Amino acid sequence: MSDVSATDRTYEANMGDYFALLKPRVMSLVVFTGLVGLLVSPVPVHPFIGFVAILCIAVGAGASGALNMWWDADIDARMKRTAGRPIPSGRVQPGEALGIGLALSGFAVVLLALATNFLAAFLLFFTIFFYAVVYSMWLKRATPQNIVIGGAAGAFPPMIGWAVATGSVSIESVLMFALIFMWTPPHFWALALFVKSDYGRAGVPMLTETHGRDVTRKHVIVYTLLLVPVAIGLGFTSIGGPVYLAVAVVMNAWFLKGAYDIWQRTDADCEADKHKVEIKVFKVSLYYLFAHFGALLIEAALRLYGIGGWA
Amino acid sequence: MTIQVEHEIHNRRKGRNYGVGLLLAGFIVIIFGLTVVKVLQLGEVAQFEKFDHVARPQIIPEEGASE
Repeated sequence: MSDVSATDRTYEANMGDYFALLKPRVMSLVVFTGLVGLLVSPVPVHPFIGFVAILCIAVGAGASGALNMWWDADIDARMKRTAGRPIPSGRVQPGEALGIGLALSGFAVVLLALATNFLAAFLLFFTIFFYAVVYSMWLKRATPQNIVIGGAAGAFPPMIGWAVATGSVSIESVLMFALIFMWTPPHFWALALFVKSDYGRAGVPMLTETHGRDVTRKHVIVYTLLLVPVAIGLGFTSIGGPVYLAVAVVMNAWFLKGAYDIWQRTDADCEADKHKVEIKVFKVSLYYLFAHFGALLIEAALRLYGIGGWA
Repeated sequence: MTIQVEHEIHNRRKGRNYGVGLLLAGFIVIIFGLTVVKVLQLGEVAQFEKFDHVARPQIIPEEGASE
């Protein structure tokens, strides 16, 4: 026993490689929506407990990302977009990702239970389970509707934030969940229409490849139509108000117009203008979600001065 | 080959070790902070002592008075 075997490996993983396992960009959306869910609730939360709760939600989301990378390493290696991820590029061993994913999941759920309440912790556990097991292990390789149901995992954070403050689930948190849940399919399929993907080569059924681009365009308009009543409806709950409603009406009209434009297009149109419309609608979808949750935050801030909401 | 006091692995893993150290320090801050906040939220410390492993009825006014 003279020297450690780690010297056999040419590359030593650093903190950045482990951090990349947590999908930081996804985490930022989770932090934002989770924070809004917490701040718009009618129950005040101590700032430090709020900070710890958001940290737990972020770490939990990151942990599910690590578990996803562990399970999907074979797919990731076959796709250009994901081949540079820590596991397929050989910077992190699969076992390390599994260990980090499980350890951080346990840490986040237990700490959230101790810091806040069991409902919030259970919802976080369920989110991790849903993303790692239901989406990654089951749906992703089985059905082109994978992102529809799998989108639920990304929709839970505001519900967890709300549960952290109130200890309950209510119509407001269900509608915040539904907003992200219904937004995910048109957002993702708008992207799928203009990104040259190699999902087919990796064996992942994506709607654009299993059913074609025309069917995908129809799906974009149908899911956007289903999204509108959810987004508008949220405006009439206790966390909505005139500001939110005005933002929702404008953003939904904008998104719906984009989805309609996509629906009217053909592959020839896309080739001719290099997917100009699809790229624009994808960007609008990003503004859409940010604007809705931002408006909820503005309503909550106005309520502090007695001028927000419908009262 | 003997294990040196300054092994090359110390340099190679310096960043990672600092990272783990910072994470552990952060963890301590979180647990300490949570403890302080939770205890202060109880209002009076007697509320906390009430559940401190051993029953202390003398610090519970109502029950202490009835005995």
